[in-house]
Amino acid sequence: MASPEPRPHAVDLDGIAKKFGSVVALKSISLSVGDAEFVCFLGPSGCGKTTLLRIIAGLERQNVGVVGMAGRDVSSLPPSERNYGIVFQSYALFPNLTVAQNVAYGLETRRVPRARIAERVDELLDLVHLRPHKHRYPAQLSGGEQQRVALARALAPSPSLLLLDEPLSALDARVRQSLRLEIKALQRRLGITTIMVTHDQEEALTMADRIVVMNHGVVEQIGSPFEIYTEPSTLFVARFVGHMNFIQATAGEKPGWARVGSVELRHRPGPRLPVGSRLTLAIRPEEILIGPAARDGENRIVTRVCAIQFLGAFSRLGLALPGETTPTLECDVAVNALAEVGVREGAELPLALKPEALRIFSDGG
Amino acid sequence: MAILPADASAAAIPDSTVRHRLDGQTVLRYVLIGLLGLFLYFFVLYPMSQVLWRSLLDNDGGFIGAANYVRYFSTPAIAASITNSLYVSVVAMIITVGLAFVYAYALTRTLMPWRGVFRVIAMLPIFAPSMVQAIAFVFLFGNNGIWTRTTGINIGVYGAKGIVMAEVFYCFPHAMLILIAALSASDARLYEAAAALGASRLKTFFTVTLPGVKYGLMSACFVVFTLVITDFGAPKIIGGKFSVMATEIYNQVIGQQNFTMGATVSVVLLIPALVAFVVDRLVQRRQYALVSSSAKPLEPRKNPLVEGGLFAYCVIIAASITSIYLVTLVVSLVARWPYNLTLTLKHYSFDAVGVWTRLFGTVYVYTPLLNSIYVSLLTAVVGTAIAFIGAYLVEKCRTVASTPLYMISLLPLSIPGMVLGLAYIFTFNVSGSILNRLYGTLAILIISNLVHYFTVPFLTATTSLKQMDAEFENVAASMGVPFYKTFWRVTVPIALPSIIAISMYFFLNAMVTLSAVVFLVAPGTELAAVAVLLMDDAGDTEQAAALSVLIVAVGLAVRFVYWLAMRRVTRRAQAWTQTAPDQLTVMGTGSLA
Ligand SMILES: Nc1ncnc2c1ncn2[C@@H]1O[C@H](COP(=O)(O)OP(=O)(O)OP(=O)(O)O)[C@@H](O)[C@H]1O
Ligand SMILES: [Mg+2]
Repeated sequence: MASPEPRPHAVDLDGIAKKFGSVVALKSISLSVGDAEFVCFLGPSGCGKTTLLRIIAGLERQNVGVVGMAGRDVSSLPPSERNYGIVFQSYALFPNLTVAQNVAYGLETRRVPRARIAERVDELLDLVHLRPHKHRYPAQLSGGEQQRVALARALAPSPSLLLLDEPLSALDARVRQSLRLEIKALQRRLGITTIMVTHDQEEALTMADRIVVMNHGVVEQIGSPFEIYTEPSTLFVARFVGHMNFIQATAGEKPGWARVGSVELRHRPGPRLPVGSRLTLAIRPEEILIGPAARDGENRIVTRVCAIQFLGAFSRLGLALPGETTPTLECDVAVNALAEVGVREGAELPLALKPEALRIFSDGG
Repeated sequence: MAILPADASAAAIPDSTVRHRLDGQTVLRYVLIGLLGLFLYFFVLYPMSQVLWRSLLDNDGGFIGAANYVRYFSTPAIAASITNSLYVSVVAMIITVGLAFVYAYALTRTLMPWRGVFRVIAMLPIFAPSMVQAIAFVFLFGNNGIWTRTTGINIGVYGAKGIVMAEVFYCFPHAMLILIAALSASDARLYEAAAALGASRLKTFFTVTLPGVKYGLMSACFVVFTLVITDFGAPKIIGGKFSVMATEIYNQVIGQQNFTMGATVSVVLLIPALVAFVVDRLVQRRQYALVSSSAKPLEPRKNPLVEGGLFAYCVIIAASITSIYLVTLVVSLVARWPYNLTLTLKHYSFDAVGVWTRLFGTVYVYTPLLNSIYVSLLTAVVGTAIAFIGAYLVEKCRTVASTPLYMISLLPLSIPGMVLGLAYIFTFNVSGSILNRLYGTLAILIISNLVHYFTVPFLTATTSLKQMDAEFENVAASMGVPFYKTFWRVTVPIALPSIIAISMYFFLNAMVTLSAVVFLVAPGTELAAVAVLLMDDAGDTEQAAALSVLIVAVGLAVRFVYWLAMRRVTRRAQAWTQTAPDQLTVMGTGSLA
């Protein structure tokens, strides 16, 4: 659908900073969330994700900065006038009200006729497949079902923005998997702008259109899951998202080359560093080539297999660099490839580190 | 959790936060908080400051500094009240806590029969003014008591001995409840470990049981000490010439019209009560850390020998408590105890003090009793509303005022009733002041009751509010639902068991209290407990007993109604939670202490 003029961003944050006493929780955060976009705030515990979400919700007040919604400055509006739905980690379902009453809660003050409320409640319960449990109390539902009630309740008044604070963290792994898909599908279907806070990178990668990686109150990187995974812009993001091998190195004489022990490796084009300065090379386990593919690749090194860890569809090899005894590299190999190459513990294994997969980070950050 | 270092960027961020526009709801919240502040100011802070101030004046209103205190401490007749008070309080405390500990131990740590019955019987004193115990002991051991007359031995009950005896019975249920709670909260794993290490039963008792209830024991001690040192009824009835501080205040104010000396004794009486309160708070804070969430409840095991001994002990205690009430009942029903034991209802004619009110037709009610019921009902309704809404405002609407309001709300617990009553005289018996309009009304009695008993309900409400998800209000706000609607539809229903327990606490205490209201009743607004005192003063002891019986009867009847209400609420709550019944057994006991 092409619209005549671009719609304003659903959410605009400009220079948001927040401190609690002398503890700085957020340092000047600016970002925007597009209409109907699903954005994840991802970061380790204590990095300020929840605080940022609550500032958007108006439940916490920032020290400086502007919160905009749909092109309007809402910084001075109380929560009740910001038009969003929210799901907390605890769900905060009203225990004394039935599922239907919980979902209807936000509709009752809006002068909606009773019949229309009942209709809307059924509509939402269908959406989250909970119509049969309509008359139960929250305590009589499983964790996943409670989560869906909380979602239905947040969506009932048709808000223009949905805020989710670690909505899946209290659930066990299997339920979490299926709810991820369900929430994502629901979001697509309703086309509702959604911001979700999580510290689970897998969750962020599978659900988000865009991920905001945060650390210590600052935004480290904003990008699509693919960008975040393949092009981490800082060492922190590289470490936090996905599995990554790190190799300590020094800058070589030729630009684009680094020295690891006695070997020179070509890496992705990166910042020009003074010769001999310390840097870190990074490559994902599945990007390391072995066997026939390694034979004619660039950046060939010979490593020793220290450990083989069977992980189902593939195995993870622990590899020691030449001259070292402890494994510093991990390499994922599909099970059939493993047999083909003939990997044994203790044996030498030649491999190639594709220059275009070898990311470089200067050791400042 | 990573704590960010306070780096340079912290300085660059201003301390102030972006302000939200004031909406109607926020304004309403502020107004309610303001009203709570005004209430606490006019009925707690201001009256108490009046007591402090008046203790520095002479009876003509001239400032004389500490002269009153000097006189107090240097006049042996008055100064004795301090040591007397401390003496009876400490002795009664040791005896009560000792007796109650064994009793509570038997109820919680053995499987002996009749545990429920024992518990109910021990609760009886909650329903009676402290005077009742004293009156019963006079009937038993007084100069004309049945013991004295049949054995010819006069144990000299008037004085310290009688006060201690009466207070032990009066305070027994309070100590028992605290100790039952402490003994129930212990961790079976410690006992398993002790058994595995081969510790003997006695050694286990001293190394595991006692340390485990250490804080419960301390708490019971403080509560009993405070109850005794602030009690007025028992020493007034049975103290004879043995003057304690509470009776000294009464003597100075009512007997000698010496208000400033009354204020001086009051300020001194505040000190031990305040100290006990502060220390108890500190101790209780530790107690929470003691019982970990992974603790395993202890399952009592059978042990016939110990059980037999404890059973006999409980029978003796329960029988003693019962006999106090039986004696009172019998005295009220016989012509002249102990000379003429023919049954009669004449003592229920209440012709010595107060008047009768016509309800309708030929149905008359004794006015003080009617007043008491009316005052207790209103105290229960209004007090519960203020305590619960107040706790809600402090707990859920965080502002700069929250902490001061919380602190002031804790204060009434450490204000002895006599001191509060005197403070209200100073505040409301001032000609020309608009506050004077309240003096001599039932309203002032209701207010004094709900302030006197404010702290425990306030803390109970705070606890139950703290247990609720802090995001309820936020969820509601996000949907544009006003906070008062969520309060009514969610907060109140969830807290209903606590709310019911709170109102019962207010009612029962208002029904039996004497100390604050004794200064505040006026002709026409007498309360039953005050009438008991006046009857006893006038020598109409049988009528005092009869009226006491009616007070206890009202209390028991109300307790029964509450029990029914609680059962209904529990049933309904069971549909949506598993935790409610648990809370109920603790709350539904008649006292929140
Ligand atoms: N009300 C508060 N008072 C004081 N400090 C706070 C408060 N709320 C948050 N903080 C601090 O601000 C920082 C960020 O907190 P926040 O809750 O936003 O982290 P988070 O990223 O959501 O972490 P988690 O994954 O553990 O939920 C933390 O250091 C936290 O201790
Ligand atoms: Mg969080």
